[in-house]
Amino acid sequence: MSVEEDQRAIRCLVAKVGLDGHDRGAHVISRAFRDAGFEVIYSGLHNAPDEIVQAAVQEDVDVLGISILSGAHNTLVPKIVAGLEEYGAFEDTLIILGGVIPDKDKEPLQEAGVDAIFGPGTPMSETIEFVRENAPER
Amino acid sequence: MSSPDADLVENLLDGQYRALARAITRIENRSPGYRDLVAALHEHTGDAEVIGITGSPGAGKSTLVDKLAKSYRDEGLTVGVIAVDPSSPYTGGAVLGDRIRMASTTGDMDTFVRSMSARGQLGGLSTATGDAITAFDAFGIDRVIVETVGAGQNEVDIVRTADTVAVLVQPESGDDIQMLKAGILEIGDVFVVNKADMAGADRTVKQLSEMLEGRDNGEWTPEIVETVATSGEGLSDLLDAFSAHREFLETSGALEEKARTRYAEEVRTLLREDAGRLLEGEIERRGGIEELVDRIVARETDPYTVADGIIEPLAECLAREEAEPSPR
Repeated sequence: MSVEEDQRAIRCLVAKVGLDGHDRGAHVISRAFRDAGFEVIYSGLHNAPDEIVQAAVQEDVDVLGISILSGAHNTLVPKIVAGLEEYGAFEDTLIILGGVIPDKDKEPLQEAGVDAIFGPGTPMSETIEFVRENAPER
Repeated sequence: MSSPDADLVENLLDGQYRALARAITRIENRSPGYRDLVAALHEHTGDAEVIGITGSPGAGKSTLVDKLAKSYRDEGLTVGVIAVDPSSPYTGGAVLGDRIRMASTTGDMDTFVRSMSARGQLGGLSTATGDAITAFDAFGIDRVIVETVGAGQNEVDIVRTADTVAVLVQPESGDDIQMLKAGILEIGDVFVVNKADMAGADRTVKQLSEMLEGRDNGEWTPEIVETVATSGEGLSDLLDAFSAHREFLETSGALEEKARTRYAEEVRTLLREDAGRLLEGEIERRGGIEELVDRIVARETDPYTVADGIIEPLAECLAREEAEPSPR
């Protein structure tokens, strides 16, 4: 008989990177994740890539959700991926993106390491289902 | 210990941040083997100073913790922060938002902030927090700050895990009756009237000092410090108060006494957990709790008889042990 019982919870970091000052979407997703039973760490507005890396590594999150509306995703997201790689945290972190991402940028971002991109109007249940199915096994 | 865990311990002792983060996750999840992991870390601990910060929501705990972490970092010390937030009793989900206030130290890996949810269980929180402190300590972190909302069981847990407990109070946060109530006033070694630039701060300090008068807490008289966490005002007074308490703990022998009490509690908690599981297994072997309850409801038996029956084999086994002690 095992005397240890797994009490795993899916942990997500919801982060706002760069200069855009609108975090309503981030709040909404944080709350939806919380209601789905996830543990959500919200890092607040105006994070630099290295701040997000620090938080993702220290909190050992399964999922990193980046909300970005400013259009700077092509410069900022690869920096975050590189930072995660530096600490050996890229391989087992699911990276999802939300916000305004033009179609032409989607493929390059996915090649850069983003696992999924959820544009405006995505039903919350779709995002939650994706996280449940793809959260890395630890 | 399995070899991945042995690697994890080695990497943690080697100073790899990722290994520390993963060890804490395994501790929080109580993943299979986590006990061996904590056991392997134990011999490398004993150097970290642990400070607990509690107080009502909105009292400014996270902002103060941020400033404290910054000053320790300026002294060249490494800092670990465990920020505990409540979890939903319905879904188990949680939003852990204390990290937002750690603005002075973002991007600095040697301020290692870890958010923990209470995960709905009261006793378990202290076990997980205590074990996470062990991981921080073994990693070589100098100061560990445990931040928790003082609203129930959590603040009692913090007393068990921290060497020094600071209680944050907001000006005008209630009348004197609030301060007469049991709990919060009994656990603080240092009281911090934060937002001391607000009207009514003087009155709160006065009320506190009246309430604390005559509090018998060994030889330590709790200190009251006024701070404005947002500006850092009063921070050096607070650091002085912490040092004074630390010195008291070390010179009076109270530190050692605290550690001994903590270990004794820990052993008892683990034993209760283990014994509980063994007994759960015994209930299952007897057809499960529902069947036992059916018989109690039908008045065929009663709760006491059922409990006696379940514990009997264990008691007999222990009696045999006593008669013929097995080598230990």
